[in-house]
Amino acid sequence: MVIAGIGQTEYGRHPGRDTLSLNVEACRKALSDAGIAKCAVDGLLVKVPTSRYEAMYGQKLAEAMRLQPRVGGVWDQGGAAPISMISFACMAIEAGQCEVAIVALADNPKTGTRQAYEKGWGDDAVHGWFGVAAGYGMILQRHMQAYGTRPEQLGAIAIACRNNGARNPHAQLRKPLTMDDYMASPMIVEPLRRDDICLVSDGASAVVVMREDRARQLGVATPVPILGYGQAHTSWDVALRPDLTSTAARQSAKTAFAMAGLAPADIDVAQIYDCYTVAVLMTLEDYGFCAKGQSGRFVEAGGIELGGTLPINTSGGLLSETGLPGLQMVIEGVRQMRGSSCNQVADARRCLVSNQGGMMTTHATMILGR
Amino acid sequence: MADFPAPERTPLTEPYWAALQEGRLTFQRCQQCRHAWLPPRGECPECLEADWAWEQASGAGRLVSWVIYHRAFHDWFRDLVPYNVAIVELEEGPRLISSVLPPGPARIDQKLALEIGAVAGMNVPRFRCIAE
Repeated sequence: MVIAGIGQTEYGRHPGRDTLSLNVEACRKALSDAGIAKCAVDGLLVKVPTSRYEAMYGQKLAEAMRLQPRVGGVWDQGGAAPISMISFACMAIEAGQCEVAIVALADNPKTGTRQAYEKGWGDDAVHGWFGVAAGYGMILQRHMQAYGTRPEQLGAIAIACRNNGARNPHAQLRKPLTMDDYMASPMIVEPLRRDDICLVSDGASAVVVMREDRARQLGVATPVPILGYGQAHTSWDVALRPDLTSTAARQSAKTAFAMAGLAPADIDVAQIYDCYTVAVLMTLEDYGFCAKGQSGRFVEAGGIELGGTLPINTSGGLLSETGLPGLQMVIEGVRQMRGSSCNQVADARRCLVSNQGGMMTTHATMILGR
Repeated sequence: MADFPAPERTPLTEPYWAALQEGRLTFQRCQQCRHAWLPPRGECPECLEADWAWEQASGAGRLVSWVIYHRAFHDWFRDLVPYNVAIVELEEGPRLISSVLPPGPARIDQKLALEIGAVAGMNVPRFRCIAE
């Protein structure tokens, strides 16, 4: 199975455009990148827009593209949805249910509504418990206390992502970050500072998935093989999770590595979902790139920077390229495997991509090759 | 000022809030498998049976984690920042979102004692750190 094409809108502000319009633009570009016609598409999977829920959204997008897919619909798994949708597309193709699938997502919280990201958590709102950031803050506080993780170590993640994004002409935020900037960044929900928190973006991304032989048949120029994928679901609210510093990332990566027949040491470059800097720490540990509690030291020693043992988020991640929920990280993984990234890792042959949603509630992992 | 985000009182949650009003923190316990939980649900999340009863918490707990809001996400809390929100595990097992009274939280797994108090005219569970 391969990713045959990638497409994206500009990331940032798209005032007045709805998510269907953004999705169609990304799908059009992904088809053009794959060099295939729309009529070849018989699968269409789309993530439900977080900002504004709409019933039958998958059918609405198909209609906006005058498609009548054999397999289609909406998937709701937060930021873990993109890789899960690609996995389901692969399984549907293998089962003979469709041949060529588009996986897409769009959202417009920047100029549309942000309410979905700042809502109260039911009856617990009486305590002032609001927003998604606070859940990640709970995880980080526990990690800092249990393992001695320090703010400067989180800063190293923000700096690595922001510096990569500064060299990406399509990144929403292209201003590099210094440690002084990071430490001076205001606390939002302590221990999380503003610069630990991802961007808010309008935009869309899409990829085209098909079998390798079908890609050859259709004359796809640069198909990128999917070597493995996995997902896992904690599905317990952060307050109810028995161990705050261990996540579904562990099982998700285990499944993906087993499918690919690879181990963490085989990975040359990674796109790690960085909705909050702490999510990167947790993912590095749960994936086995470092031992539990050691990720702070790993990132502080430059492990995730360009030239380090595991360069991450080479297009800037959610902290710099776009805060959209995750498909852009698969797209950057494809660019790394094609050799066309703005921060190309020399001789990179295996790229791992992580997606996660909620408050590390649900996770998906994918490994791409050449 | 914005309205206080009062809980939605349903037939399921009403006994929880009514007990707090009387100065008691309660949780649900399954009469089949003895699992104990919060927040309120109609079925035991362990054995899935709908055979449960309310039970009063001793008030002893431990601090799982906490955050400090420096920015209000809701207007009612605007004048209260910075304020803390904590995850508390009761000695009986259930966990809840709460807060730690001054001087506030200092370290994870700290022992806590329940101290019910009024916010916007309604009783809510809060906790105080206790010496060990």
